[in-house]
Amino acid sequence: MRLFKQNVITFISLMFFWILLTGLDIQELIAGSVIALTLTIFFPKSSALFPEFKLSFNSMINFIMFVFVFSFELIKSNVDVALRVVHPKIPINPGIVKVKTKLKSRLGRVMLANSITLTPGTLTVETDGEDYYIHWIDVSSRDIETATRKIVAKFEKYLEVCYG
Amino acid sequence: MDSLIQFLFSASFYLILISMLMSFIRLIIGPTVADRVVALDSMTIVSISIIVYLALFYQRSIYLDVALVYGLLSFMGVVAVARYIEGGLK
Amino acid sequence: MMELIGGIITFLGAIFLFLGSLGILRMPDVYNRMQAGTKATTLGSILFFMGICFMESQWIGKLVLLILFIIFTNPVSSHALARAAHKAGIKLADQSVMDELAAKKGEIDD
Repeated sequence: MRLFKQNVITFISLMFFWILLTGLDIQELIAGSVIALTLTIFFPKSSALFPEFKLSFNSMINFIMFVFVFSFELIKSNVDVALRVVHPKIPINPGIVKVKTKLKSRLGRVMLANSITLTPGTLTVETDGEDYYIHWIDVSSRDIETATRKIVAKFEKYLEVCYG
Repeated sequence: MDSLIQFLFSASFYLILISMLMSFIRLIIGPTVADRVVALDSMTIVSISIIVYLALFYQRSIYLDVALVYGLLSFMGVVAVARYIEGGLK
Repeated sequence: MMELIGGIITFLGAIFLFLGSLGILRMPDVYNRMQAGTKATTLGSILFFMGICFMESQWIGKLVLLILFIIFTNPVSSHALARAAHKAGIKLADQSVMDELAAKKGEIDD
């Protein structure tokens, strides 16, 4: 039953990308559904796109909230980097800090690392289990807990509900 | 109105060309391999934008496919070079 | 009107692409260059493609695909590069204040 649900998700997402690529034409839709169905039947396990995403109303709401927070942070980070770049002296105070995450699933950790890379002044350099090593353009605290609260916490609370 | 839109579009094209040039300078002078690959990565994104701009300019939607495939290949290339710098697969 | 909005958004995207390349040229070491390069080019190209969406509304599918693709692959490639650069032993700039990762590697070597 669980595998069936995953296959349905895989089929729907494959069809979604196909429609984005080709548009809504009836012949294209038929060809795309045949290809998507073949892929889902022959590769049921390896083609699961979001294996650890929890499908529930609560996680959907959290995911949408996450997208909003993420977009806002992306714009903020760009303005921040732009100001630093055009400043004549380049005001940076860089260093690599270590933070910890509570997330368990692999996909959640990937999403978290990607979000950290795209948010103000931080870049994930290395991940090792639950430890993340992050290059911070303006180190304001050397402590693990404070750095975790400043960098990770704003995304973690949404991703924790979605992926666990 | 039309001339303003014209101005915005040509100005963005020139800005993109200048940013391509600046990344290219970093590609030439970059002291380490990683610097050069970072410059190349940003040059790829800039050239994807140029391809999309040209698709609008010539009204050819087929150029968008070129941009997609170019993005895919450049991502693979950057990851491959990163593995190479790291010292191969372990 | 739509064309004017599209033009303004495209111009903003081009400005961010320009600033990203300026950061790549000006920043002192490879990690800071990556910071400027990744963030500014990501938002710059997203805004650029969104502006083109306003101009040509029937291209929206492929452009959304391009935007999704860039959001997912750009941080991954920069993370791979940063990791490789640190493993290859490329030093941080002189004004850096700390390096936990090098400390961790030192502990393992001992």
